[in-house]
Amino acid sequence: MDWSWEVVLEVLPSMWLGLIVTVQAALVGALLAYVLGLLLALLKMSKNWIVAKTSYWISECVRRTPLLVQLYFLFYVLPDLGIFLSPFAAGVIGLGIHFSTYTSEVYRAGIENVPKGQWEASRALNYNAYQTMRFVILPQAIPPMIPPLANYLITMFKETPLLSAITVVELFGAANIFSNTTYKFLEPMTLVGLFFLLTSVPAAYAAMRLEQRFKPKNTGAS
Amino acid sequence: METVFKYFQDSWSWSLEYYPILIQGTITTIELTIASALLALIISFVVGLSRFSRLRLVRVIAVIYLEFFRGTSAIVQMFFMFYVLPLLGITFPPLVAGILACGLNLGSYGSEVVRSALLSVGRGQHEAALALNYSSYQRFRYVLIPQAIPVMIPTFGNLLIELLKLTAVASLITISDLTFMAQIIRSQTALTLEPFFVILVMYFIISSVLVWFTKVAERKFAKGRDTISGEGV
Repeated sequence: MDWSWEVVLEVLPSMWLGLIVTVQAALVGALLAYVLGLLLALLKMSKNWIVAKTSYWISECVRRTPLLVQLYFLFYVLPDLGIFLSPFAAGVIGLGIHFSTYTSEVYRAGIENVPKGQWEASRALNYNAYQTMRFVILPQAIPPMIPPLANYLITMFKETPLLSAITVVELFGAANIFSNTTYKFLEPMTLVGLFFLLTSVPAAYAAMRLEQRFKPKNTGAS
Repeated sequence: METVFKYFQDSWSWSLEYYPILIQGTITTIELTIASALLALIISFVVGLSRFSRLRLVRVIAVIYLEFFRGTSAIVQMFFMFYVLPLLGITFPPLVAGILACGLNLGSYGSEVVRSALLSVGRGQHEAALALNYSSYQRFRYVLIPQAIPVMIPTFGNLLIELLKLTAVASLITISDLTFMAQIIRSQTALTLEPFFVILVMYFIISSVLVWFTKVAERKFAKGRDTISGEGV
């Protein structure tokens, strides 16, 4: 089996269109994961025992089951219950929900890692809940959250090929459709792999730089 | 809610007909998970330790492996193994392709866990081993690895869950695991809620067992060690 540049030229246009969908799915999915994750984190840290436990177990149910099956669920089951989603919407919602369980842990850890003395100091200064969060806790909690959140964006980017299983024509889906109609697998699959490699390696490197930049300065918290 | 309930009631009869293939799918999923977990564990240690090699070439190969398998998507690796390698004359049965793809993919993440756990062992321990004139084999075998293992276990536990979830993707390369079976039931009965709900529960049970297993391992390896925090002990 020889590498053929003609096949490459043939497949590139549809892969380009797929790439746009991939980037859109990853970005929208990540945005959803960041927002839902924050919500979930707040629920998990709720003082109400029942709310905290319930949201913890819901989050565990999502985290312990495969994204692919969740996507099937959204795509095949919801229409039977009267909810119709486009493949792209189902995919993005699936990605967002699945990864919100991961990002919620990032938020939770970020907030809990702020030393207890900081909360007490805010109370001593007679700060209200808003002031405590806005001026004391969040400025210390957010910087260490940024690198792991960025890492999850990269992870989600690499998970987008799963959306092809629910007929979203993203990068991998486009290549796969081409392969299935022409029986040429070598070039499209190699290109997809190469593309992910060329994007995620520099991205991982950038995330590492972020990590070094936002390293917490107080050595007390671990 | 009532409609959902009725929906279930009307159509539970499918389970009598299809439960054997669900059990079969569960067994395949478990087999795939265990086999690729063992492969990933071996790779994690081999590659993770290679990063400490004195030979530059070994270190470079380890990094290339790591970046390659961590950088490309797992599903792409699986399709590559299943569709492209046969064109190059290398043919695997689907199950082997699945085990290799899952194992190689998770092995890359695992190798980083091994490496960072070894780095987290206090510097004094490295120096003490050198002071005792330990060979590098002895240094890793008797001093560093035993102290690094408790650090590795929680992260390995998380990776084990990731691995289980990855095996669902193997259904796309025709491995008849749980997810594959659910798709068969869906296409033969046009039922959707039931098969997918059942396999979600199955996956949840399997991963919960894995979580429990990790906790047990954590406790076992933590025995007799009061501190693992290594910083200049």
